[in-house]
Amino acid sequence: MRTPLGPVLGALMSHWRRRPLQLVLLLTGLTLATALWSGVQAINAEARASYAQAADTLGRGRLERLEPPPGAALTDADWAAARRAGWDVSPLVEGRLRLGEVRVSVLGVEPVTRDGGPGDTGEDLGDLAGPGALRAFITPPGRGWATPETIAGLGPDAPLDLVADPDAPRNTLVVDVGIAQALLGMEGRLTAMTLAPDSMPGLVPLTDLIPGLLRHPPGGGDADPAALTASFHLNLTAFALLSFIVGLFITQSAVGLAFEQRRGLVRTLRGIGVGLGTVLGVMAAELALMALVAGALGVLLGWAMAAALMPGVAATLSGLYGAEVGAGLALRPGWIASGLGMALLGTGIAGARGLVGTARLPLLAGGQAAAWAVAAAQALRWQGIAALALLAAMPLALAWGGLVAGFAAMACALLAAALMLPVVLDAALRLAGRRVRGVLGEWFVADTRQQLSGLTLALMALMLALAANIGVGTMVGSFRATFTGWLDQRLAAELYVTARTEDEAAAVRAFLAEEADAVLPIWSVDAPLGGVPGRVYGIVDHATYRDNWPLLDAVPGVWDRLAAGQGVLVNEQMARRQGLALGDPVDLPGGAQPILGVYSDYGNPRPQAMLGMEDFLARFPAAPRLYQAVRIAPARAPALTDALIERFDLPPGAIVDQARAKSVSLQIFERTFAVTGALNLLTLGVAGIALWAGLTTLAAMRLGQLAPVWASGLPRARLARMELGRTLLLAAGTAVYAVPVGLGLAWMLLSVINVAAFGWRLPMQLQPGLILQLGLAALLTALLAGAWPAFQLARLTPARLLRVFADER
Amino acid sequence: MLALVLLLAAAPAFAQEGSGFAGLGTEVEGFALPDPAATLEFPRDHGAHPSFRIEWWYLTANLTGADGQDYGVQWTLFRSALAPEGPGKGWATPQVWMAHAAVTTAGSQHVAERFARGGVGQAGVEAAPFAAWIDEWRMAAAEGGTGIDRLEVSARGEGFAYRLEAEAQGPLVLHGAGGYSVKGQGGQASHYYSQPFYTVTGTLSLPAGEVAVTGTAWLDREWSSQPLDRSQTGWDWLALSFDDGRRLMAAEVRGLRPFVFGSLIGADGSVASLDGSDLGIEAGPGRVPARFRVTVPGAGIDVTAEAVNPEAWMTTSVPYWEGPLRVRGSATGRGYLEMTGRPRPGG
Repeated sequence: MRTPLGPVLGALMSHWRRRPLQLVLLLTGLTLATALWSGVQAINAEARASYAQAADTLGRGRLERLEPPPGAALTDADWAAARRAGWDVSPLVEGRLRLGEVRVSVLGVEPVTRDGGPGDTGEDLGDLAGPGALRAFITPPGRGWATPETIAGLGPDAPLDLVADPDAPRNTLVVDVGIAQALLGMEGRLTAMTLAPDSMPGLVPLTDLIPGLLRHPPGGGDADPAALTASFHLNLTAFALLSFIVGLFITQSAVGLAFEQRRGLVRTLRGIGVGLGTVLGVMAAELALMALVAGALGVLLGWAMAAALMPGVAATLSGLYGAEVGAGLALRPGWIASGLGMALLGTGIAGARGLVGTARLPLLAGGQAAAWAVAAAQALRWQGIAALALLAAMPLALAWGGLVAGFAAMACALLAAALMLPVVLDAALRLAGRRVRGVLGEWFVADTRQQLSGLTLALMALMLALAANIGVGTMVGSFRATFTGWLDQRLAAELYVTARTEDEAAAVRAFLAEEADAVLPIWSVDAPLGGVPGRVYGIVDHATYRDNWPLLDAVPGVWDRLAAGQGVLVNEQMARRQGLALGDPVDLPGGAQPILGVYSDYGNPRPQAMLGMEDFLARFPAAPRLYQAVRIAPARAPALTDALIERFDLPPGAIVDQARAKSVSLQIFERTFAVTGALNLLTLGVAGIALWAGLTTLAAMRLGQLAPVWASGLPRARLARMELGRTLLLAAGTAVYAVPVGLGLAWMLLSVINVAAFGWRLPMQLQPGLILQLGLAALLTALLAGAWPAFQLARLTPARLLRVFADER
Repeated sequence: MLALVLLLAAAPAFAQEGSGFAGLGTEVEGFALPDPAATLEFPRDHGAHPSFRIEWWYLTANLTGADGQDYGVQWTLFRSALAPEGPGKGWATPQVWMAHAAVTTAGSQHVAERFARGGVGQAGVEAAPFAAWIDEWRMAAAEGGTGIDRLEVSARGEGFAYRLEAEAQGPLVLHGAGGYSVKGQGGQASHYYSQPFYTVTGTLSLPAGEVAVTGTAWLDREWSSQPLDRSQTGWDWLALSFDDGRRLMAAEVRGLRPFVFGSLIGADGSVASLDGSDLGIEAGPGRVPARFRVTVPGAGIDVTAEAVNPEAWMTTSVPYWEGPLRVRGSATGRGYLEMTGRPRPGG
């Protein structure tokens, strides 16, 4: 029999009209879940778009890139020789420039020989038409193209003419190759060349013209920020997924309740002849509609959240990886679709149980609301079993290795912990029940146990939020403590001086030899280490290193042997990623050397190696000799800084003192974790709302249990206090449970995720203050969530309580 | 000979009102100006004159292949100063270079263009031993030589390449008054000399294969800072090599006040300067004529010069027409034609 849809729809929808709060909760949960997810997706999408744009603009995307062999310089003359041999190569000069307080990337290009020739410059370089514009671009002081934001950041004192171009790469000054050489103190030297495709046949091979020249195919190479930052974005995504799941708990409890409370209605509808398909169809459509509405709201909210977080993310990516990402945010179809998709998926997951339950509902069975609670009690055993299965899967995921497997193991552990929560709380209450004396006490414990099933999901959400906060907080705290100690060791020298030219550097060293306690040249070259782009340093033998350098592991007499050129030091990330141990040989230009020691090197994504200076210069005779550390009594450092600036007219930023270097590093560090901190706080907020949602919806159903207690003589106010106390008790139990889970999470983050993502392992340091703080936050959350339902209970009229008996519930 | 200008990037429209063809009529403040009293000196003046705004080394060759076909070859290097020379060295030098190479057959035109900055070795000209180059293209004194009497010339582009050896059979020719050549009623002028007496052997590489060629070539050297009047919009330039050994350069600058000039060169290298009163240049029909009638009544010359390939367009950043000619009439021979500022059909 066909039934008109209208009345069925009306009857089912009337539920929401009678319980608007439930509707609000459902939409809120879904909206928050979608917002957190799509916000993070928006951030990731923006960053990826920036990387792609940078790759295109820098000619890395489309063109083969040619770089000098490690330690050798590529000169203007090399480039001209390649041109005169018929190769269509264009020079590039790249570097970082400090202008006052601002650091920008400098990209020097040669407009006349760039890919496609001068007619092709309009796209990336703005308009160079006409001899006037070209002249301004190539002759001093030069003209730089940059985004309006970059120009605003540089201020009016930039040493060249600036032209705004919204399509310029982020925080980058695009200038002529000659202007870039002058700005960066690289006269006559090039960073790389691009090679246009389809070079003519029969040319003298490039490697014959420039021995050792390295060719990197288009679309990749070491400078690809997307590869470096992949782990950072994976971290963000994992957090977003966690937030989404927490948000989903709210939805799940509201949807479950709505299905449960409409069992009677469904039975009636079925009884008067409405087909099961019609009922299920209407309910599914109802869910889909809510998912779309909440999804759209969530996407908007997520966009706002991402826009607020974006500057912090941009700062992090720039500081940690040197990847330039804009602080702005564009609407991109990718993450909007992903947000709406996740909202639909989440609602589907949350509603599936309700729909299946409705489909299986026996036509003649009673429509009791309590059926939910009874079923939930039976489910406890299954949850325990599922949790054990998940725990068993964890070592498998860990054994698999890698970042994704690490996250999978973490997900297993968290899910298992969440599933075990009601089992553990129930057991604890049962134990408590045996010890409690008095009728009221026994009722309180028994009633709490009974309520537990209704609050399970909300408590799980709270537990997950707390555990995530403890875990991430402990990791950040451990990292901060280790990092600060490490900075003290690593930045032992008082001043660091960078010269513009080698002549200047030699003069600076001669001057410092008289004025300072010691001058320690630190010279370096880019070189592949184990097939991965890395950096090799040459250092002199000095007590500064012997006393301070943060070695994690070393052979006896490491410094003597390093100075004698008998081996090499490598950083921790290189040792871990390449599975190297002390004594293993490391392939270096000019022959392999055994590993003498491993040092910690936080915040650096690339492999690194250190050689004794003699050995280094023998291998890399052409390495630029510009950088040196200076030892001097700290009190004399400022005067020496002034003397250096005055004597050599050094630009700002050429001299960095220890305090400044440390503060910059710590700043970068704090920014890196600002985003995770913000996400954590949001997660806790969502859990609070979930708890409130559970308590509020339960309150209405619990009248049946409370009325007899009231009738036995317990005043309403006391009843309300007990209700609030129960909520606090459950929250406290959950918080206690969350502590070991959170610490386990911290251990996994420090020992598995960090190692896989960054290549370093950090010692775990407990943060008792943080745990106490979070415990209080959990109680406060519970207090806020439970206050309203308790307040309402206290104000319930006796008539309402009496009606419970009249309704025979 | 008049030639093209060096222009980078997007070319201004042809015959832009107020700036002459391709910006050649722009102001010249700060640049050196041609001096009628100056005496040209060699090999010094084979080299570059960076204090002047523009300069070119311009070789055209009329060749016959072993297959009996007529071919034309062009090798041109232009120098342009974006600003008067200052203290800037290396990349900061305000000089830019442009080069064109072409091979013309009766049915096809192969063109290539190169650009370079001055000061860094990618392109340049040295006076002695003579060498002019941009990238791998080169026109330089042959091994053992120093001046421009014996040259090796090579260039290549998409689908073509050539390698030629040229040997001068006569002296250098100074146009105008000792190499000071007037280009308009307003007194615009350039320093201008030629070597029109080369014989050539070499090889062309074309899509169909390699062709051995022999023939003649003509080298033009010119430098100036403002060769055009603002109202002058283009020119037609012809360099004719008669079979009797004489050479004729005939040019007309078009515009509000057309200006005709030329040089009749004897087989011994003697030069007679011509102007509108003793030289006639009559374009054939069409906006881009494929035929010119050239008359020098005082020398009994009345010839018709016809393009070997009427579609010899140089599809470079500033397009123009440049290709070989066959000459008939009172004298026979071959030659080269350049037309600038004329509208390219469909271009």
